[in-house]
Amino acid sequence: MLAFILRRLFQSALVLLCVGVIAFALFRLVGDPVNQIVSIDTPFEQRQQIRKDLGLDDPSIVQFGRYLVKAARFDFGISYQFRQPVSTLIGERMPATLELTFMAALLSLVVGIPMGVYTALRRGSFLSGVFMSVSLIGVSLPTFLIAILLRWIFSVHLGWLPSFGRGQVVNLGWWSTGLLTVSGIKALILPAITLGLFQMTLIMRLVRAEMLEVLRTDYIKFARARGLSDRAIHFGHALKNTLVPVITIAGLQLGSIIAFALITEYVFQWPGMGALFLGAVQNVDIPVMAAYLLLVSFIFVVVNLVVDILYAVVDPRLRANMQAA
Amino acid sequence: MTEPVLSVRDLCVEFVTRRGVLRALDRVSFDIGKGEVLGVVGESGAGKSVTGSAVIGLIEPPGRIASGEVLLKGERIDNLSPERLRHIRGKRIGMVFQDPLTSLNPLYRVGEQLVQTIRTHLPLNAAQARERAIELLAEVGIPAPERRIDGYPHEFSGGMRQRVVLALALCAEPELVIADEPTTALDVSVQAQIITLLKRICRERGTAVMLITHDMGVIAETADRVAVMYAGRVAEIGPVRDVVSRPFHPYAAGLMGSIPTLETASERLVQIPGSMPRLNAIPVGCAFNPRCPHTYARCVVERPELLGRGERASGSHDGAGAGHAVACHLYDEPGVDAEALVQRDKVAAAATGSAA
Repeated sequence: MLAFILRRLFQSALVLLCVGVIAFALFRLVGDPVNQIVSIDTPFEQRQQIRKDLGLDDPSIVQFGRYLVKAARFDFGISYQFRQPVSTLIGERMPATLELTFMAALLSLVVGIPMGVYTALRRGSFLSGVFMSVSLIGVSLPTFLIAILLRWIFSVHLGWLPSFGRGQVVNLGWWSTGLLTVSGIKALILPAITLGLFQMTLIMRLVRAEMLEVLRTDYIKFARARGLSDRAIHFGHALKNTLVPVITIAGLQLGSIIAFALITEYVFQWPGMGALFLGAVQNVDIPVMAAYLLLVSFIFVVVNLVVDILYAVVDPRLRANMQAA
Repeated sequence: MTEPVLSVRDLCVEFVTRRGVLRALDRVSFDIGKGEVLGVVGESGAGKSVTGSAVIGLIEPPGRIASGEVLLKGERIDNLSPERLRHIRGKRIGMVFQDPLTSLNPLYRVGEQLVQTIRTHLPLNAAQARERAIELLAEVGIPAPERRIDGYPHEFSGGMRQRVVLALALCAEPELVIADEPTTALDVSVQAQIITLLKRICRERGTAVMLITHDMGVIAETADRVAVMYAGRVAEIGPVRDVVSRPFHPYAAGLMGSIPTLETASERLVQIPGSMPRLNAIPVGCAFNPRCPHTYARCVVERPELLGRGERASGSHDGAGAGHAVACHLYDEPGVDAEALVQRDKVAAAATGSAA
């Protein structure tokens, strides 16, 4: 097991290195960084001096090494746009994004799994039909449309929930949370539903399909033949087997929730990393873009590692394979 | 004969489909006594497994028991509520399925599955149930059961898994065990071990066994009596020695004639011409009439009843008892020595096989 984790860690490091190369290449591909700093009429000698001071005349490989070392210490340079360290900018906005994505993921699992189980067990019932139709809407409607619809209903017409922003925030050291105030929680509801709805319907459909598959297996038939109660069969034997593939998908989806957060954050003016990134793209703020790229890939890699370990916890057959490998 | 453990009377099972009602079992009757092994043989689709599922109450919709009775120790169980039937499954009737590789839940330890089943049916606490689980594993011949009980199914070989499955079926000392092709998925040497084990346990405990298989070798070794099924009906039933060596029904004769033997060493295996009718096209009269070499007018209009040789004259309808009974009109025809006719077929078939 330990060997397996170490090997996966090594692979993860390799992936991050590749992303690092791409992030670093961004600086090169999008023009000369010196041009971003100086004005048009700066003399050539002065430009050379800046180049030398910034170490831009060193070989690329040396510069890349320096970039990685600094990135490892969360030093991603200074934002062109805000004239502030990128790590400070991201640090300020990360709690907002993580709280949003975490709530969206929680919503999609807590609602999606029971709905999937229900529709699998009560196939053909009226409520199952309703769930399936609703899930079709969730899968097919684009995120921004859902966001606008929700705002129109709950903010404009009913006036129950705020239509933008994060509400009141409490600072806990470097982490600012909106979960401790009423206005913060109210502000979180609509963006979390918007972001989680697609995932929720996906997970519901996945759970339903897997559950139906598992209910047809021999070991479920054998469990019935042994007279076990329906509850033990459905929620013990069947659900546990259903969750094995669901864990994979849910893990991968958590990554894409963070990616989709861009649109949701933009629509709800949520002060998160997605909004920061969109601003950076518009203003060619390369240090921010590069740092965002690294951060998202880091999250992806960590989530994948956790998924692999969870897999082994749930499925003993994989544990055996890992020991053998 | 004392009261049978299992008594099936005129059992009909139907599947309602879009294209009409299919009759998978058509008036099936048989008895199994205490400690007796009844072999049920027939081609795929003859209704062997459906019979097992119907007895244990696991016919899934759109299938249903249309008529007939299933009696366990004289008590009717086919019309019980699902909840009461559940208490009979596992407790009074155990079941063993074909493929031990897929019969066990891969995510639970063998012990967890045993303890769960034991505690569903017996008032034991966790520690007592575990103790009983270890005893059961020892009884089915798992070496070092106190250690193996914490293993996962994938850590057991196929034969060992089938032993675990057997232990699971025996958890609550059932009066009847239904074994649906218990050895089909195993290799031959392991088959023999499992069959010997099944036989020994049932003899020791007096458990009745319904052994469903298409392997005549297994039947000949294990069963006390055998029922030959064809197209959802019992064609012949009787003591295993009689049915194997002196089958009455033309289909049974063909079936026995098609068993390859080393002595006759034929190049071609003997076949019964044609194939079993589909459920939506079972012929009127005797279901075997299109393939039977002795079909005559009566066979295509009237369905033959399952009657014992001695019962034919009296016309009583209890062919499922201990005797040798057959569903064939030939045995009612005056002046026809049906038995000799069918025996001649069997010999002739074997001869063709070795000549070819």
